[in-house]
Amino acid sequence: MSVKLALSDDILMKVDKPARYIGNEINSVTKDKDSIEIRFAMCFPDVYEIGMSHIGIQILYDMLNKYDDVWCERVYSPWTDLDAIMRERNIPLFALESQDPVKEFDFLGITLQYEMCYTNILQILDLSGIPLLSKDRSDSDTIVIGGGPCTYNPEPIADFFDIFYIGEGETRYRELLDLYKEHKKNNTTRYEFLCEAAKLGGMYVPSLYKTEYNEDGTVKEFRALRDDIPLMIYKEIVTDLETADYPVKPVVPFIKCTQDRAVVEIQRGCIRGCRFCQAGQLYRPVRERNVDDLKKMAMEILSNTGHEEVSLSSLSSSDFSKIEELTDFLIDECSRRYINISLPSLRIDNYSLETFSKVQDIHKSSLTFAPEAGSQRMRNVINKGLTEDDIIGGASMAFKRGWSKVKLYFMLGLPGETDEDIKEIGILCDKIARAYFDLVPKEKRIGGPVQITASTSFFIPKPFTAFQWASMNTKEDFLNKAYMTRTSILSQLNQKRIKYNWHEADVSVLEGVFARGDRKLSKAILEAYKRGCIYDAWGEYYKNDIWMQVFEDLGIDISFYTTRERGLDEIFPWDFISCGVDKEWLKKEWLRSKEEAVTPNCKQQCSGCGAFRYNTGICMEHRKKQA
Amino acid sequence: MKVRIKFAKYGVMKYIGHLDIMRYFQKCMRRADVDIAYSTGFSPHQIMSFASPLGVGVESHGEYFDIELKSGNAKQVKDALNAVMVDGMEIISVVKLPDGVKNAMASIAAARYTVCMKEGFEHENTCHDKVCDFLSQSQINIIKQTKKNEIEFDLRPHIFEFEYDDDYKMLIDASSSGNIKPMTVIEEYARFCGTEICASKYQIIREEIYMRNEGSEFVPLLSPGEDF
Repeated sequence: MSVKLALSDDILMKVDKPARYIGNEINSVTKDKDSIEIRFAMCFPDVYEIGMSHIGIQILYDMLNKYDDVWCERVYSPWTDLDAIMRERNIPLFALESQDPVKEFDFLGITLQYEMCYTNILQILDLSGIPLLSKDRSDSDTIVIGGGPCTYNPEPIADFFDIFYIGEGETRYRELLDLYKEHKKNNTTRYEFLCEAAKLGGMYVPSLYKTEYNEDGTVKEFRALRDDIPLMIYKEIVTDLETADYPVKPVVPFIKCTQDRAVVEIQRGCIRGCRFCQAGQLYRPVRERNVDDLKKMAMEILSNTGHEEVSLSSLSSSDFSKIEELTDFLIDECSRRYINISLPSLRIDNYSLETFSKVQDIHKSSLTFAPEAGSQRMRNVINKGLTEDDIIGGASMAFKRGWSKVKLYFMLGLPGETDEDIKEIGILCDKIARAYFDLVPKEKRIGGPVQITASTSFFIPKPFTAFQWASMNTKEDFLNKAYMTRTSILSQLNQKRIKYNWHEADVSVLEGVFARGDRKLSKAILEAYKRGCIYDAWGEYYKNDIWMQVFEDLGIDISFYTTRERGLDEIFPWDFISCGVDKEWLKKEWLRSKEEAVTPNCKQQCSGCGAFRYNTGICMEHRKKQA
Repeated sequence: MKVRIKFAKYGVMKYIGHLDIMRYFQKCMRRADVDIAYSTGFSPHQIMSFASPLGVGVESHGEYFDIELKSGNAKQVKDALNAVMVDGMEIISVVKLPDGVKNAMASIAAARYTVCMKEGFEHENTCHDKVCDFLSQSQINIIKQTKKNEIEFDLRPHIFEFEYDDDYKMLIDASSSGNIKPMTVIEEYARFCGTEICASKYQIIREEIYMRNEGSEFVPLLSPGEDF
């Protein structure tokens, strides 16, 4: 039996990669429409190959389809070629499995992984025929729900969503869906349903809240329009990750995707308190999965998908307590089955080098370090517990074993950064090159002499980090700093061995606007979309001129969101959300960063961030010790 | 042992290109636990070679690839693979090749196609009574575009059979030296009839791929194989 495709043969033969739109992949789930009660469209608002590589969607797809009364299907952004055809011929956006229009679904879930997808949200709604603004939707319209990291400051896109689910999706969907069924049965209004949904943990219904602003544009007050809904939304997290489900039958795409491999999530959260890193705060406390379960899961996923490669997913994988046991197991099992292992970027030491050399060609592969800043002073400011000795020592160890390629990642525009800090980037690269020439005699330089690649990205302050108060650099500052970095590299003895890459500055500025934006920005996003902006995350489609014109026309001063250093007592647009980490603690971290003081990581010592309120993960280990 | 596998590709799977079909089958081998041999070297890969790439949009009832199998029997391999197929992919036969049989790609001599009007365009085909006249030409010269220049090329010796019976059916040259495309024949035939056609309204279905036997007759690629 085959489904009838939503797109005609003539369209599919015309567009690039028709496989993006036909569904039918291995492990995709098809159900009988008449046997289910809720239709859920799960959307990643970017092109198929990007969206299909996202593990979060696979987790929720698997979970929702395990419910007998729900059929969850996938939706991705049509690429620009198909987008134009769909608009021209009025073809409604459809879900891949049933090929039915999204408009017929009960829920449209949109994952928000990065700010630059915001205009694609509007593309999805528009092509689906769902009113763009939540306030314009009627009782029969699909409920639009957002999830993912950008929901920790949902305000710039608040007008487009009916509900934001703050936190990890595993915990509350069942309750929400039951509530919806109840609402359908009793034929209550959309408004009534949303009011009830707002009482569930982690659910933020933006239309039920209002923000008042001061004359200077900062938030004066955030209030609820009803007194029976919470004023503080706490993120949801899985408190028992060891028993949590994991998709062992993920969908296998036909076309090559960004992540064309079996992915095993080994832990959530991170013990490191890097002050620039949002993920490090949002997913606290760190929770590990059981290593024996992971071994079993990895093998099951491989046999259910036929993937020829497996990789481990987490933040800072080296901190996973059983990382050696797990990688040894995988190397052993996989080499027997001709399966490759894509190792995460582990801390460089004897163990990891030994492991890398088993699975990679050391003459071709490169070592990766993320010092994030060139000087030790700056690394203390950002609380990056990586010293120059770690880097030079690790690189030296690797050079002795035959490696000759090193990749280094840095950020420019960090708070309090001086010219000296930037110049240190070139100096550090040169020191690595010198270590190579000191250690490796000419006759042993097999892969050619050392190659160092330094890449810089521009620092963007994010909510729920110690730097949420910080001033972000202007585009001109960024470009000057990139130039300074280049000059510093070019002035080194070994400059010919160092390659330098830097990011675009325009798009970083826009990301900075949205990251710490407020509800006043919704109209700018809508206007930019109307003027043709979509796929902003794709350099070739990003239209900076239009964006800047929109801000000017709407009287929005972007420096209010970017370069302005926030006062310690300012109410942030996202203050009504709690990710578990207290604002007071973040403030302390912000002040400590100014003193260049290092804060120990969660394994070394609990610094009392507030995440213990979830009674799980590493927080419990500290409590056990204390007891 | 060398094993030849015949499969069909139709329905939505016609939109999946050749490289992705190769990746698809590599994954199928693993899912079905087929004991396929791997090449040696730093990055071993499955020993698998396809007869002839099928263009995106073309359906087929007769596609082939050869693999090197370490253990198993025909029924077990066929059933295991069919258990892991998606809609639109089907394993038709699995046979063992005797020693000395050339690989699938090198053996190809001809291919049989059905070409019909796609859904919605059924009534647009008006010329179908001049097939005999078309074939009775001693030469059918066309201009062939090569990378460097244009050359005149005689199509006629490469068309082995061509008929109309509700749809166009043809057996044409698919050898490495004289390969021609089914739509080239249709376009040339239309020109002969004095009409112009729109290639995108035609659905091509590959029915079978042939090799030549000792007597130089066309036989399906499966024919040298035996059950195991």
